[in-house]
Amino acid sequence: MDINEVHRVAKLSRLELSPAEAEAVLPQLTAIFALVGQMQAVDTGSVDPLPHPILFIRDLAQPLRPDAVTEHEARESNMANAPAQDRGYFLVPRVIE
Amino acid sequence: MRWHQKTVAQLSKALINKEISSLELSTYYLERMADSRDLNAYLDILPELSLAQAKEADSLRAQGKAGPLTGIPIAHKDVFVSKGWATTAGSKILEGYISPFDAAVVEALGMPTERHPQAAGMVCLGKTNMDEFAMGSSNENSAYGPALNPWNTKRVSGGSSGGSAVAVAAGLAPVATGTDTGGSIRQPAAFCGLTGIKPTYGRISRYGMIAYASSLDQAGPIGKTAEDCALLLSAMSFHDPRDSTSLADSGEDYARYLYSSWSDKDQNKPLAGLRVGLPKEFYADGLSSEVAHALSVAKEALHGLGASVCEVSLPKTQLSIPVYYVLAPAEASSNLSRYDGVRYGHRAKEYSDLVQMYQRSRSEGFGDEVKRRILVGSYVLSHGYYDAYYLQAQKIRRIIAADFQAAFNQCDVILGPVAPDVAWNLGEKSKDPLQMYLEDIYTLSTNLAGLPAMSVPCGFSKEGMPIGMQLIGNYFSESKLLQIAHQYQLASDWHLRYPAEVSA
Repeated sequence: MDINEVHRVAKLSRLELSPAEAEAVLPQLTAIFALVGQMQAVDTGSVDPLPHPILFIRDLAQPLRPDAVTEHEARESNMANAPAQDRGYFLVPRVIE
Repeated sequence: MRWHQKTVAQLSKALINKEISSLELSTYYLERMADSRDLNAYLDILPELSLAQAKEADSLRAQGKAGPLTGIPIAHKDVFVSKGWATTAGSKILEGYISPFDAAVVEALGMPTERHPQAAGMVCLGKTNMDEFAMGSSNENSAYGPALNPWNTKRVSGGSSGGSAVAVAAGLAPVATGTDTGGSIRQPAAFCGLTGIKPTYGRISRYGMIAYASSLDQAGPIGKTAEDCALLLSAMSFHDPRDSTSLADSGEDYARYLYSSWSDKDQNKPLAGLRVGLPKEFYADGLSSEVAHALSVAKEALHGLGASVCEVSLPKTQLSIPVYYVLAPAEASSNLSRYDGVRYGHRAKEYSDLVQMYQRSRSEGFGDEVKRRILVGSYVLSHGYYDAYYLQAQKIRRIIAADFQAAFNQCDVILGPVAPDVAWNLGEKSKDPLQMYLEDIYTLSTNLAGLPAMSVPCGFSKEGMPIGMQLIGNYFSESKLLQIAHQYQLASDWHLRYPAEVSA
């Protein structure tokens, strides 16, 4: 990993790192990836990935629920935490000129 | 009466016998909390809301509608969203956030409503401090400063559920909720001399529990005793269709075996027939001699109660650290993409366009450890690296789960340390993130496998810091784990010790 990689990943992560922050995090990420690199020594040729722990002991069907109304309109309380809003809309910077 | 030294089971009886009302008990705790603000256990306290709930609990009792937990106060980890109290998950990005709904756990333990008539009726005392988004092992990653360990306020409380552990250990709540993604219930419980359980993945609804790593996150209680944990877990565990990973067969009386013997092999030995496995990889380099000694005494105590002991092997123990530190950041980077400064949370003051608004809002709102994990997660999921890191980690995860099953062919429960050492000094490990990650060595593998595990007090270091032992069971064996822990606690008193200022 080098400093350009740090900036690339920061962009993917929608994080803005100052040059000093990027410099500071580079050795930390390098150390983390050295640790993570230990995994490469394991032969996992025929092993299936395990994305959900319970799949190890049983098959799970995608759970479905009845298509029924459970929540009622609560726009005011749902929008009370919005940093910027107007008449029931979330405000964001202009994206279409 | 020293109510803060009573267990939930004892408080339940005192309320039934009218020795105290919920209003009196809640007032008692709120006064203690006001006198102990320096411990930084709580992030939000609203006495008028707590007392209104206490009055409601007393009124339910007067109407004959009280259950075993009605009117007993509880503290909720700030990772559970709650109506009324602010919810921040220990992050600046959620400062001032007030949820329009209650998390499933908060709802199930709170006051009964028309929608949830079976709710337990416990009184919420407030929201407890935590590492930001549950990322940390010392509580030092909280944006609001660390909760301090009441056994020695120069030491860390553990993490990420540090505030919950401090609240219970300092007598600022009889019991508290926590969450455990890689040890976040068990390790602070061990560091503060408490009992905590992380149940099987899927036992407790994650609805309204702010997500860190969704395939690993699981809620659970932190209390003084195994019995208290059993009572709480029984009220917290149920099938919830709002969480797609909530198991359909969740929900049982987790206290049902507490007072029974493991088998009928020996009338005088309650754990006769129990096979305890000691993973040789857990008792190797890196384990402090004091923790090793306490575990050896605990092993003898279990043997004295009739259990047999054998060595087992969990060969991939060391690899659980790299596997966890790929999978958890990968899931976190995805989960935390919702913090964009649009619908809720912090928005930067200055920006020139939408992308810069996202970037600045996130960069100002997230702390260093959260940013590091997002960067790691984005990297391992990015094009060209996915197979080598993310997929490889998921494959080793299956091998780790299989290793546990091989061990459980030889034993009923695994006994090991929770952490390599007792609580360290504040600041001691916070400069080197990697050093902190290595502290999670004994707790990560159970989250990767989805197994239930407990922390149970089993001794003290020479400097008077608590030591916890870890009991790991097979899937869905929580009731049996709690039975073993309870029988051990009937024969020991480590769990009944208090910091000097708490018992003074």
